[in-house]
Amino acid sequence: MAEFLDSLFSIFFIETLMNGLLLGGILALLSVGLNLIFGVIDVVWICYAEIIMVGMYLIFYLNNDLGVHIIPSMIAGILFSGLVGWLTHKIVIARLIDAAPINQLIATGGLLFFFQGAAMIVFGIEFRNMGVSLGSLAVSEDIYLSWTRLISFAISGLIVVALYLFLSRSYLGAAIRAISQDKEIMSLMGVDTKKLYLLTSAIGGALAGLGGCLLVLQYDVHPFIGLSFGPITFIICVMGGLGNMVGGFIAAFIFSELITIGGYFAEIEWGYVLAFVFFIIMMFIRPEGLFARKS
Amino acid sequence: MKYLKLQKVKVKIAMLNVTNLNVGYGSFQALFNIDIDVNAGEAVAVIGPNGAGKTTLMRAISGLMPVKSGTINMEGTDVTKTPAHDIVKLGIAHVPEHRRLFPRMSVEDNLRMGSYAPQFRANYHKRLDFVYSLFPRMQERRNQLAGTMSGGEQQMCAIGRALMSDPKILLMDEPSAGLAPVIVQQVFDLINKIKSEGLTVLIVEQNVKQVLKVVDRAYIIEAGSLKMGGTSSELLGSSEVQKAYLGM
Amino acid sequence: MNNKYFIGFLAIVLCLLPLIGVQGYPLHIVITILIWSFAYTGWSIMGRFGLVSLGHGAFMAMGGYITALLWNYLGMSPWIGIPIALIITGLLALIVAYPCFKFRIVGHYFALVTLALSEVVRQVIIATRDYTGGSLGYTPEPHGEGWSIYAIQFPDDRIVFLYIAVFTWLIGIIVWRMVDGSMSRYALEAISEDEDASSAVGVQVTREKLKITILSAVMTAFAGALYCQYQMFISPDTIGGVGISLQIVFAVVVGGIYSSLGPTVGAIITLFLAEILRVSIGTATVNLTENLTINAAGFPLFIYGIMLIGFIIFLPKGIVGGLSDLLSKKDGQSLDIKSSKAK
Repeated sequence: MAEFLDSLFSIFFIETLMNGLLLGGILALLSVGLNLIFGVIDVVWICYAEIIMVGMYLIFYLNNDLGVHIIPSMIAGILFSGLVGWLTHKIVIARLIDAAPINQLIATGGLLFFFQGAAMIVFGIEFRNMGVSLGSLAVSEDIYLSWTRLISFAISGLIVVALYLFLSRSYLGAAIRAISQDKEIMSLMGVDTKKLYLLTSAIGGALAGLGGCLLVLQYDVHPFIGLSFGPITFIICVMGGLGNMVGGFIAAFIFSELITIGGYFAEIEWGYVLAFVFFIIMMFIRPEGLFARKS
Repeated sequence: MKYLKLQKVKVKIAMLNVTNLNVGYGSFQALFNIDIDVNAGEAVAVIGPNGAGKTTLMRAISGLMPVKSGTINMEGTDVTKTPAHDIVKLGIAHVPEHRRLFPRMSVEDNLRMGSYAPQFRANYHKRLDFVYSLFPRMQERRNQLAGTMSGGEQQMCAIGRALMSDPKILLMDEPSAGLAPVIVQQVFDLINKIKSEGLTVLIVEQNVKQVLKVVDRAYIIEAGSLKMGGTSSELLGSSEVQKAYLGM
Repeated sequence: MNNKYFIGFLAIVLCLLPLIGVQGYPLHIVITILIWSFAYTGWSIMGRFGLVSLGHGAFMAMGGYITALLWNYLGMSPWIGIPIALIITGLLALIVAYPCFKFRIVGHYFALVTLALSEVVRQVIIATRDYTGGSLGYTPEPHGEGWSIYAIQFPDDRIVFLYIAVFTWLIGIIVWRMVDGSMSRYALEAISEDEDASSAVGVQVTREKLKITILSAVMTAFAGALYCQYQMFISPDTIGGVGISLQIVFAVVVGGIYSSLGPTVGAIITLFLAEILRVSIGTATVNLTENLTINAAGFPLFIYGIMLIGFIIFLPKGIVGGLSDLLSKKDGQSLDIKSSKAK
């Protein structure tokens, strides 16, 4: 017991908590685009993390093989992922818009295989590393935080704030909020719902690309990286109350702390187990999500 | 002389002209050969029993439901093939059945959605002032979530939202449904007010007695077909109408 | 194509395969198809009622791993180990599904909860790598040389396993048909159309759903145990995780979710596709530049993906369902895999 308390108050535990916070920033960004699509179109993109992967590969390729500077590479990655999101809706979801939600989900499962296969064909199964290291920031003598994580955290924060302003202030943002509440009536407001869906999908894809920009600095790219980020991203969205940006944001931090704390006391996998079990239990207590409004 | 001659030639063309309209889904047909005119400045009601096809008619006009055959002319433009989001730009605003506000958005955001189309946005503040002057209650409640208001207030908000696009004709689908009797009276006062602003109104109602006091003319639809039509006083005087709808 | 004489005939033909000289690699393919068919059939008995689970990878992995762990650590014969594995899996299904159904978690919410279950089991296997070998995989220890009925191990002899697999497959089809002809089927169809209305007319919604879910989970776990005994090797990625869960859904959707032979056809198509692609394209890698390749190993996934999307859009009843519609020229019921939308 004493040992446990010792470990609880050790300096490394504080570092763990801070790392959890930083991870939360990234998870928040990863889930925000999916949440947007969820909220507006009411569709689950099982392949969302694979679109992130597509963005990561493009950035890696432009920067590593063609020698393009990292910033233009990232912009290209964001734009391309946006295009992928647009195409995902145009080619697949639009044809299934009146089908059962589960058919839409399975179809995006097909896209998941498609992207994984395509990545394998083009880049093989090797782990690719950008080889970028920005070093760490020494917070105190014993606590070091990686600069890439800090920067990612800051960017995530900025994006979430920007998205919040966009949704609350602009006409388009209002339409995006409105369409999730009553789709049919939107056309009486002069809104072309098909166009709005495509636009939302493109924004969602671009946000995936942005997530890819941050991940590519910290993790190796490989065709199956989506499987390590996908499930956690979905459950964050569900937990936050589908389509609820603020809820998703808070859920991201809860899960990231669970993962890092679990990883602190045992292997990181136990951290994930903890997070997923917590999710399953919470689904039973609050099926509509932690922060869902009572309807 | 010349002026008089012109006056003679001019035929009165209705603002909204529905001819020979057939609407249905799959093998089920909801409307059969409907002919309806609404002239500029007029208030016209469509009445009839539940399930007669009144709501279908409104939805067909505003493009929410595809038309099988027939025409719907708005100031000379056939809109049967026009998508719903473009019909509103021609000046047809629809206050849907059950109000259909965006419940988790503020009153002002709901009104803002009414002027979403780019050509309406420039006049947003002017229209907002107009709606607030018409319904001062909405100004008080501007930041409240629409879903938390009373039924009567929600109806004001729904009408206000439709007025945000500065429409030429306002379609209202059962504005009094589900409201307490006192509130129903208020809603009809509202309709009177809107009419006196010079707006053209086409209204679907179950509350026949009340609506006939407000409108100039009315049509009766039964089982998807036009049963009769006439001025309010004609209909109020008709024994058939009295028996079937006024319980006399 | 779904009539019972045809299925019986098929079973006899399969049993006669070794006599007409089918052995070695082709026989291996047949056995693999039959084992997977059984797992897919297990999924489809609940999937057809709109209960789309992405957690069957977890059940399959549980079946395989528990059986193997009991054998390796406690020396428990699979004759006892498999039933224990099935019971534990059934209990897990009950623990997760009961609250799900109680709290009306349906449609894609149900899919996501079960997806989390897949992930939990996979992560537990990886986290307990000291016992389970983690992502590198796990092998049941051989019981002496050659055959062991006690350990259900038949190395170098596929014929015994062929009979086990055919028998299991036949049981799967029979279970499918029994569910199809049962009162539960009508109850579950009613539930998938409208839960409130069905409970109003006296259908015990939670109970009916639980029964089918546990049956489905246990069948899938048995397929996992069988796979483990046959291959003598399992890993979280070959019988568990989100990948396998999606593969199960994929095969059933392609084969046909509303027909007893649909899952089998799905298994045949997916395995043959993988094999054909592997043989014709190979797994060759052509390096174009330092990082760009043409890696043929990616084609199966790539083509699966396109097929899955195509089937969901153009032929949601799958090959068998689509064919029998064509033959009988009747307009089927709703084309969608039934599901109630969560509101």
